[in-house]
Amino acid sequence: MSFVTAENVFQSYGNRPILERVNLAVDEGAFVSIVGASGCGKSTFLRLLLAQEQPTRGEIRIAGAPPAAEPGLDRGVVFQKYSVFPHMSVRDNIIAGESFRTVTGVFRGAQKAAARERAQATLARIGLDHVADHYPATLSGGMQQRLAIGQALAAKPRILLLDEPFGALDPGTRLSMHDFLTELRRETAMTVFMVTHDLEEGFKLGDRVLVFDKPRWDPTEPDAFGATITYDFDARDGGIPFQRSEEHTYVRRPA
Amino acid sequence: MGMRLINRQPGVALKTALTILPFLVAFIAYWIGSEIRLAENPSDKLLPSPARIAATAERLFTEPDRRSDRILLWHDTGASLMRLALGVGISAVLATLVGLLIGLLPHMRATLAGFVAVLSMIPPLAILPILFIVFGLGELSKVVLIIVGILPFLIRDLSQRVLDIPREMIVKAETLGASSLVIALRVALPQLLPRLIQSVRLSLGPAWLFLIAAEAIASEVGLGYRIFLVRRFLAMDVILTYVLWITLLAFLMDLALRTLSRKAFPWTEASL
Ligand SMILES: Nc1ncnc2c1ncn2[C@@H]1O[C@H](COP(=O)(O)OP(=O)(O)O)[C@@H](O)[C@H]1O
Ligand SMILES: [Mg+2]
Repeated sequence: MSFVTAENVFQSYGNRPILERVNLAVDEGAFVSIVGASGCGKSTFLRLLLAQEQPTRGEIRIAGAPPAAEPGLDRGVVFQKYSVFPHMSVRDNIIAGESFRTVTGVFRGAQKAAARERAQATLARIGLDHVADHYPATLSGGMQQRLAIGQALAAKPRILLLDEPFGALDPGTRLSMHDFLTELRRETAMTVFMVTHDLEEGFKLGDRVLVFDKPRWDPTEPDAFGATITYDFDARDGGIPFQRSEEHTYVRRPA
Repeated sequence: MGMRLINRQPGVALKTALTILPFLVAFIAYWIGSEIRLAENPSDKLLPSPARIAATAERLFTEPDRRSDRILLWHDTGASLMRLALGVGISAVLATLVGLLIGLLPHMRATLAGFVAVLSMIPPLAILPILFIVFGLGELSKVVLIIVGILPFLIRDLSQRVLDIPREMIVKAETLGASSLVIALRVALPQLLPRLIQSVRLSLGPAWLFLIAAEAIASEVGLGYRIFLVRRFLAMDVILTYVLWITLLAFLMDLALRTLSRKAFPWTEASL
């Protein structure tokens, strides 16, 4: 039984189809990269995985559970921007990963002290312990995204969703973020979906690379059809592309 | 060709001088006007000389009234500031609450957003007679006028600010297991407070307007009441003293709020 399944998923806004017939089965612990042209519906698919939106047709399930109605603790997310809380210190952002689920959203007393210690350990692991008392706006873009990932992981989600998390970073920072993410994954073996517009990044980090595209195209009416998964690559073995394409690939095989 | 005007910056000394200049010009213009009128008619009351205003101000600030044995200016100031603080304070608290409800809860938004938009179209002074009839001529009607005058603006401004919070941030909180209450208290409210201070700063002008209007019409004490009382005797020196005093008070309030905003919210971009 696959861990994450999408079954015949369609999504339209008004009468404009964005996604159509998306089928997917992902094993627990897999790292799935999602690539495709800008505006083809990658973020839309991620929002569906997140349960921020409901598909117009079809179902998405995690671990066989009924489709979720809204985002929750089982799905962590990091967006390109706005993924940390600007009014909280770096440390408090990490603590929020544990405390937001409580009735008041904050810890007190012994609980607070314990959470502080765990946060300190997390910060040391993600290399932000020296800026624990700073506010996010004083951090570099790379540090902010590391914080966002650390915060998401502090909540211990079952899957982690990343929407172009490194899209706004400079190339050098991006490389060190790749190492950071690879390391974290070795430790946690979490199931990850990452949208990226950088094909190389997708193959480097992913076990699998999904390409979203429109399989049908009407030149007189470009919006007539939605996108789906047109390629599904096995990207293991050092991320050498086009190495083995999976048997059940939806449409064409790579030449 | 010289440098573009938009790129020319005044130096520190020049900038200070330029800041002072319009004040100085206004003062000198008044002084000259006053001199001319007083030269024609020494008992002219319309433009009292600066020296005369200074003397009046000193008397008003220090000498008690013969009948009541109170220094009326301080008495008026206390009464007016109390009304202003109550009106603005109550409005700020209500607007924060309603702004959060409208901004976060779609059902509340559907229910209240249109209603508040229409309410904000009512000219507050037009319903002042109704307030006097309903709440009497005492303190309540004056405080209510300030609230009626600035609350709709504050609610619209703050609810919009809540709506402006990036959806990503709300969704992030949801994925950390936050309830609607936790999102309101730990995400939306802290980000709303700096904006609340800005909005209150903007609404202080209208608040003063409504306060003075209400005091002018029905009151026994207050800055606006005094100005309209002495108008009958053409006591321009008293009126001008009060006007300058009100201006100074308004300026100090604005300064205090600006300082508070910088000190209390060290995380906002502006204060980094
Ligand atoms: N809430 C929405 N309402 C209407 N159209 C939307 C909405 N969200 C996205 N779209 C449209 O759907 C298309 C796909 O968007 P998106 O998933 O963000 O693309 P990508 O992430 O692949 O660049 C775009 O044309 C976008 O304008
Ligand atoms: Mg996108």
